[in-house]
Amino acid sequence: MSANKKDPVLVILQMSGAYDALNTFIPYSDPMYMEYRPVLKVEPEDVLAVNDEVGFHPSMAPLKGLYDEGKVAVLQGIGYPNPIRSHFRSMDIWHTAEPDKVITEGWLGKAIRDLDPHHENVLTAVNFGRGLPRALAAPGVSVASVGKLETYGVLTGIQGEDQRAQALDIFAKTYSPLIGTGAVNDYLSQTGLDALKGADILTSAPQKYASTVEYGRDPFAQWLKNIAQVHLAGFGTRVLYTSLNPGTFDTHANENTMLPKLWGEVTNAVSAFYQDLKEHDASEEVVMLLFTEFGRRVQENGSGTDHGSGGVAFVVGDAVNGGLYGEYPSLEYGKLDEGDLQWNNDFRCTYATLLEQWMGLDANAILGGSYEQFDMIK
Amino acid sequence: MADTDKDIALMAHLMRRAGFGAQHQELEARAEKGYTATVEELLHPEDHSNGMDLDLAERYFIEWSHFNRGVPEYFAFRLINSKNQLEEKMVLFWHGVLCSTHGKLNNYATLYDQIELFRSFGLGSFKDVLIEISRNPAMVYFLDNCLSHKGAINENYGRELLELFSMGVGMDGAFNYTEDDVKECSRAFTGWTIANNVPSQPYGLYAAQFRYNPDDHDEGEKTFLGHTGNFDGEDIIDIICKQPAAARFLSRHLYNYFVADDAQVPAWMDTPPQDPDTIKMLEDEYFRSGYNIRSMLRVLFLSDAFKNARFAKIKGPVEAVVGTMRLIGDWTTPKPGFEPIFDEMKHMGQELLNPPSVEGWHTGKEWIDGGTLVQRINFTADRVGDLSYPGIQEIVKTLASEGPTIAAEALVDGCLRLLGHYELADETRRMLVEQASEHGELRTDTEAFSRQVCQMLQMIVATKEYLYV
Repeated sequence: MSANKKDPVLVILQMSGAYDALNTFIPYSDPMYMEYRPVLKVEPEDVLAVNDEVGFHPSMAPLKGLYDEGKVAVLQGIGYPNPIRSHFRSMDIWHTAEPDKVITEGWLGKAIRDLDPHHENVLTAVNFGRGLPRALAAPGVSVASVGKLETYGVLTGIQGEDQRAQALDIFAKTYSPLIGTGAVNDYLSQTGLDALKGADILTSAPQKYASTVEYGRDPFAQWLKNIAQVHLAGFGTRVLYTSLNPGTFDTHANENTMLPKLWGEVTNAVSAFYQDLKEHDASEEVVMLLFTEFGRRVQENGSGTDHGSGGVAFVVGDAVNGGLYGEYPSLEYGKLDEGDLQWNNDFRCTYATLLEQWMGLDANAILGGSYEQFDMIK
Repeated sequence: MADTDKDIALMAHLMRRAGFGAQHQELEARAEKGYTATVEELLHPEDHSNGMDLDLAERYFIEWSHFNRGVPEYFAFRLINSKNQLEEKMVLFWHGVLCSTHGKLNNYATLYDQIELFRSFGLGSFKDVLIEISRNPAMVYFLDNCLSHKGAINENYGRELLELFSMGVGMDGAFNYTEDDVKECSRAFTGWTIANNVPSQPYGLYAAQFRYNPDDHDEGEKTFLGHTGNFDGEDIIDIICKQPAAARFLSRHLYNYFVADDAQVPAWMDTPPQDPDTIKMLEDEYFRSGYNIRSMLRVLFLSDAFKNARFAKIKGPVEAVVGTMRLIGDWTTPKPGFEPIFDEMKHMGQELLNPPSVEGWHTGKEWIDGGTLVQRINFTADRVGDLSYPGIQEIVKTLASEGPTIAAEALVDGCLRLLGHYELADETRRMLVEQASEHGELRTDTEAFSRQVCQMLQMIVATKEYLYV
């Protein structure tokens, strides 16, 4: 296991449900904005402006704070060709970096395979939450997926230390991929063996951790705390992932209540995580990507917004050249894509930048093509 | 295997798939009665008592307030205890296809009415199921049809009805509908709304009610899947049910749920069914029977494809937890402490009444990852290793009745048989036999014997093979 703290680490924060780009990063001085959003508009004086044209939603003050320190890259007009307004398919596209056909390998799964080709560290990637996002899936790659960090372990209920040791020994043997055949069998074998190995290491993380930073009590903040614990424990983990429950940001209705609450929780958690890393002198080691599956319809529907296309994403960290990337899509009539923001910034450009400039990997091989990169990483 | 053993093994398979498994005595009795007779009994819950004291359960699992839940536990209690197992298995099937989530509704009373809908209509006509779900208050709210108005549609329900509830995005590489169909479909459902929700304070939660508002219904002409007319929602469903895509959609769902793990829904447009003959058979029965689900299931359970598909599916978390409860004979009556048991399913990746999204749960190997695998193994091993459960005592008693001593092979095979005729890879079985013979002769009349049985059960439920159903 590598414990080299200088290895770059990528933290992915999936904001499921499709947050409303227009009310997240707001073109507050565009008169068209007010016209499209009679009910949902944020008044210009309330916007946390970054220049004369755009700014953060008022509930995102912690992220604006990091922006002011030059640590946030805002990816405007992000999307992909032939936008699909289905949550599942769209999230799938973000997970697989493949808009044209349904594939099962995730972009990070391939990255993890490149980071650890001989599968030397079962903790090269760790997911927090229930169920593994497809982004992390690839044949031969296994990712620890942790529900509850403190009690992670196999056959913890077998009485007697010797008996448990013996049971775990047999468990390990029966999960050999040599027993049974087929892809599913191989997957189960590897998952079992990796879980066994990973559990022992992972459960030690909370004990090694001490911090003055207080995280919120919402599940997302707690996952970020777990991510900090695992990173700071020095297990050589390079990719950490967590997500909000699917549909969380799906504000077809009551957007003015839901969106501020969610952005408040999320940006507070991101800020706490950053401060925690800073306190441990580790903030230079981590870059975060915060994304959602698509933007929402420009014209509000009364109290919410329907599924749209062009969105906005954020890349955060000490290593980031803060600022605006991509163009803010025009709100003019005739320049919308079926009533949605027209994307101009292929999400794979951001992936390519992160993979190559931050993680030091061959982005072309992982993404199956060459994409223009931003000067986003210092 | 002797013929009787074969019959019991097949019955174990049927009861695991058409239900949540059964204890060995029940399997023996059912095998005696016959396979076809059991299938017919399962298909006709209306002719049989569910055998539950629901009067007590309904008083026990009360929703005191929306902070204090009782409804998901009541739902799980019925899955465990109903004698009409297929009726409940179909409730879970529909719950995973026509999804609404507590996460959005925050009103279990309304959500549970949807579960009752699945219980009443789940084995009937697909068309009725689609009409009822479109009128179901939980669904109307969950997919925002109550916010879809004449002249200002909200497409959420119109889209998911086509994409996830009835046809799917496409099949055999071609799209099943266009974006215009989504809009026209949504127009046809305008005016299908709910009465105002009763606020939860001060009287507690009441279930929402469906209302049809003719003033908000778009009476204009619509063109949907090539048909033109002044369509209402029922007309749309009528057109949908006639589509080959609807037959394919329902057949693939039933196959994936009851027979063998197949590709997941988002891949159906481009991934053909793995067993086209069985799908064809189900599609034919769909049209022959006038969209009758019971008829499709009869054809399915009596098919060789089904009978030969033992252990061709990964057990889902609800199957794993409810099946374990039925095996150990716990929670036959309501008692405190059910909430943590219920939460186990959630931590294994399947929270009843709160599917992850409108797409439902992904199944097959997607149930298993590092976290959910550990959770499942630990939960099951903890239960089968606990002698206080009547089902475990029964297993020990049955094995002990074989004589004063038992061979290591007989112990392993006996445990496998009593767990429901599970089968292990030869090497795995050999390792367990080796472990059982480590302490020399196994005497069935000693105290150590029950511990040896429990440990063997724990080892078996931790195997890869036991992950399958």
